[in-house]
Amino acid sequence: MGASWGGLNAYTRILSALPENFPLPIMLVQHQHASADNRMPWLLARYCALPVVAPEDKEPILGGHVYVAPPGYHMLVEEDQTLAFSTGRPVLFSRPAIDELFYSAGAVYGRHLLGVILTGANEDGAAGMEYIHRRGGYTIAQSPVSSEAPAMPEAAITTGAISRVLDLEAIGPFLAEQVAG
Amino acid sequence: MAETYPIDDDEVSVEDIEIRLLLEAIYQMYGYDFRSYSRASMRRRIMHRLTMSGFASIMEMTDKVLRDRPFFVTLLNDLTVNVTEMYRDPDFYRAFREDVVPVLKTFPFIKIWHAGCSTGEEIYSMAILLEEEGLYDRAMIYATDIDKNVLASAKKGIYSIEAVKQYGDNYRRAGGKHSLSDYFTARYDSVIMEQRLKRNIVFADHDLATDQVFGEMHVILCRNVLIYFDRPLQERVIRLFSESLDMGGYLCLGTKESLRFSGQEDTFDVINKSLRIFRKRQFPHHA
Repeated sequence: MGASWGGLNAYTRILSALPENFPLPIMLVQHQHASADNRMPWLLARYCALPVVAPEDKEPILGGHVYVAPPGYHMLVEEDQTLAFSTGRPVLFSRPAIDELFYSAGAVYGRHLLGVILTGANEDGAAGMEYIHRRGGYTIAQSPVSSEAPAMPEAAITTGAISRVLDLEAIGPFLAEQVAG
Repeated sequence: MAETYPIDDDEVSVEDIEIRLLLEAIYQMYGYDFRSYSRASMRRRIMHRLTMSGFASIMEMTDKVLRDRPFFVTLLNDLTVNVTEMYRDPDFYRAFREDVVPVLKTFPFIKIWHAGCSTGEEIYSMAILLEEEGLYDRAMIYATDIDKNVLASAKKGIYSIEAVKQYGDNYRRAGGKHSLSDYFTARYDSVIMEQRLKRNIVFADHDLATDQVFGEMHVILCRNVLIYFDRPLQERVIRLFSESLDMGGYLCLGTKESLRFSGQEDTFDVINKSLRIFRKRQFPHHA
């Protein structure tokens, strides 16, 4: 999942709708300044039945865990299903960047991946969603009307690579339902 | 304990094979060994260059790499991440002053190895710190990198004035005692680091993937380099560091880097957990 402006609220709503036996690993990027304190995992954990992790390099990706990209690093998925980090150039002024996570996850998980693009004020994540779609993955965009900043989901929708557009309140229950079924 | 989530193995794509062949070609032709680097990072950077250069496939680009050295140098610059800054992670430098410097003050001579120094910003950060702590005259900094081009610019110590403006804030948060501008001369759009800061720095090219132990060091800094290596290479490099360190020597890693998955945790004590400062044990638990 990827979000920018308004992301904390969106993540809180989605994660609080997931049951504690949710079986899939979740990786998420929230745009934030490199010098920001890494408080996201702590904030989200209060609303989430799943363990929320501030991952280290080579951290194994486990089902039912939520991994939050740290400020100042791109977070990528490795072939052996561990997390990798990079201090490569920011993408659209952002590090972590949503595209970096989406590209790497798309390459590893292919059609087993579900990408979610949420509220935000720039176009990060649109190219990554296109790639996930091309690799056979499922793609969800938060509906622009339910987004605090609609530019990011709009950019992704414009690519034509979005499987489903959902209002914010519907995303969490949709994920829980899909995965259970 | 949750399991890793299963995925099909039958999706090994053509792209993966092409990436392997490209890295092999680079190794055989030019001697740079990226074969044990984090595949996710390599893939991103190779795909970036592929998009920029307009080749139809990685295979086509590999052909170009083999026959065109300037093109290879461009790709090399993509593959080695050279994004750095002065006093990157100011809290680390502050902790280094507080936790490590007092011990270094008891040594007659200090040898520091900065592995993966890139364009040198962090080298000068350390030189300034040591100068301010009255240690620089008995210190020697060995600055190494795999890439000769970045070493050349590290040696020059010329940075853009735009970038240096941001470093001033880092410097203060890192516990700097004066003003960063005391340590460089500005000219037009760039600054050059003071010549005297270079007096105890030795620059040398060194490849962590293939080269050997490096002297008996008191401190090794290697920050945000290991994240680009796969696990076997990380293990090799941490062993290399352990063998290059004196008993009680310090190892400083990047803030997301860990000894947790390297199998070498027992060799080191943790001095500062969140800022990744470790100290080689006098008597390792495992011989």
